[in-house]
Amino acid sequence: MIINHNRLTIHQAHQLLKTKQLSSVELTKASLERIRQVEPKVHALVTIIEESALKQAQKADKLIASGNIHPLTGIPMVIKDNMCTKGIRTTCSSKMLENFVPPYDATVVEKLNDCSAVVVGKSNMDEFAMGSSTEHSALFPTHNPWGLSRVPGGSSGGSAVAVATNETIYALGSDTGGSIRQPAGFCSVTGLKPTYGRVSRYGLVAFASSLDQIGPLTQDVTDCALVLNAIAGYDTRDSTSVSSPTPDYTQCLTTDLNGLHIGVPKEYFVEGMQAEVEIAIRAAINKLEELGARIGWEVALPHTPYALAAYYIIAPSEASANLARYDGVKYGFSYLDTKNMWEAMEKTRQHGFGAEVKRRIMLGTYALSAGYYDAWYLKAQKIRTLIRQEFDQAFAKFDALVTPTSPTVPFKIGEKVDDPLQMYLSDVCTLPINIAGLPAISIPAGFANGLPIGLQIIGKPFSEETILKIAHAYQQATDWHKRKPEI
Amino acid sequence: MKLSREEVLHIALLARLGLTETEVDKLSEQLSNILENFEVLQQVDTSGIPPTAQSIALQNVMKDDKEAASLPPNQILANAPQKDGDFFKVRAVLE
Repeated sequence: MIINHNRLTIHQAHQLLKTKQLSSVELTKASLERIRQVEPKVHALVTIIEESALKQAQKADKLIASGNIHPLTGIPMVIKDNMCTKGIRTTCSSKMLENFVPPYDATVVEKLNDCSAVVVGKSNMDEFAMGSSTEHSALFPTHNPWGLSRVPGGSSGGSAVAVATNETIYALGSDTGGSIRQPAGFCSVTGLKPTYGRVSRYGLVAFASSLDQIGPLTQDVTDCALVLNAIAGYDTRDSTSVSSPTPDYTQCLTTDLNGLHIGVPKEYFVEGMQAEVEIAIRAAINKLEELGARIGWEVALPHTPYALAAYYIIAPSEASANLARYDGVKYGFSYLDTKNMWEAMEKTRQHGFGAEVKRRIMLGTYALSAGYYDAWYLKAQKIRTLIRQEFDQAFAKFDALVTPTSPTVPFKIGEKVDDPLQMYLSDVCTLPINIAGLPAISIPAGFANGLPIGLQIIGKPFSEETILKIAHAYQQATDWHKRKPEI
Repeated sequence: MKLSREEVLHIALLARLGLTETEVDKLSEQLSNILENFEVLQQVDTSGIPPTAQSIALQNVMKDDKEAASLPPNQILANAPQKDGDFFKVRAVLE
């Protein structure tokens, strides 16, 4: 019989559920048991959902018994705590929303409920998705299962860890500057950021409206395609949602990369990149060549070095506008011992927000303020055009681009948290992709001293099928994604 | 690119963000450092380049103004820090 329910992928679990060898209740109980076992070490979850998860599992089992089963039916999953779940606390790992219970479900949550998925937890994150290590959670840091003194990456650190430790079979995260891909890389799981507009942002607590996207974190590419199938699609409630047709993403998963032309942008092999990471990435690219792809080394994307600054002007600017709603009036934390309306707002925001959030609000407010808007925000938006144009030119020649997900392996907890710029640099390979609105996936590509290394595959807009195909072929020819942390 | 105390306090006022003295000093230092590093953006020639507000070419996305059910008052008020009957209790705007 099954030894370890938790190590099942979605597609494996689905087969067992379909053939009644396993029930959703058994799967869910195994997940909750694993959570109990591992949480004291990793602290990936803000809220563990037991009662309603078991009810969902029972409902799923009834549906399966009546022959009504979708690939995600009855399979336990975890949702990053910045996506609204009706009746379930949604905190964004912030004091500001510590007790906030949304009166509605995000569109992605509705879609998963329609598949009868089972939600076993809300995962920890950097506060309001601002960070690259999950150390900026106002609640507690999450620990990397590959090295407990190390960061899991961020901001979707909790989701990445929940999948890496098999607390759950898959998770949802969000990505504004790398927040799905970088933690996926750091925790040795598969993480996809879809094209901007591919997945509805309705119900995702907004950080930077022109950059945010929701995406899956899974154990392999097949699972990633299955989740994307469920969550992608046009939504009238998100005015930035695109009505481009949604293919069946599992149909593209072949193993032959013949005819594909893959480029390697040299600017992503940054100064300060760890030697072992470079070796692993070059080996991975060679593997893609073995699988039939034609590789173009030394592709030039000359404006890449400006992407970090452009991002850290654009994202905080949009954040300063999006976080203006937290004023203690209609919901969230409210500081009551004040003399007047303005003091109430100021003290609410002073005590409700953590240091990194305040830093970004200040940066954004400055960049948008009178006298500075042209020099900073407008300038960054023009450079954004240049960055996008460069990618468009590259994609006229190449079907996909590959880079490291991060220049280093996971760093130690506490190492960068007091140096904002050092922390920002850890996203240098992922941010340009959000600026250009492109799809990208991170997959496990090796280890250095037992610490994970991720390979990033970038595609042109709405070419998730191409990047999934390349990622899948790589996973069929390698075993990195099957390795599990000893925990 | 050094941000003065006054500039930091001005930005905090625009953002309606209360700050302690320590926070003002720390932010002045950190923001100055960050902005100094970002001065590189000024090196890029962007003459004739239009800004990109968002990466997909959607414009004027509208929907029909149709009447539909809305959330009931008790759900809307459920997270209210202060309420009075069917109302949010707020601080006086005009003194």
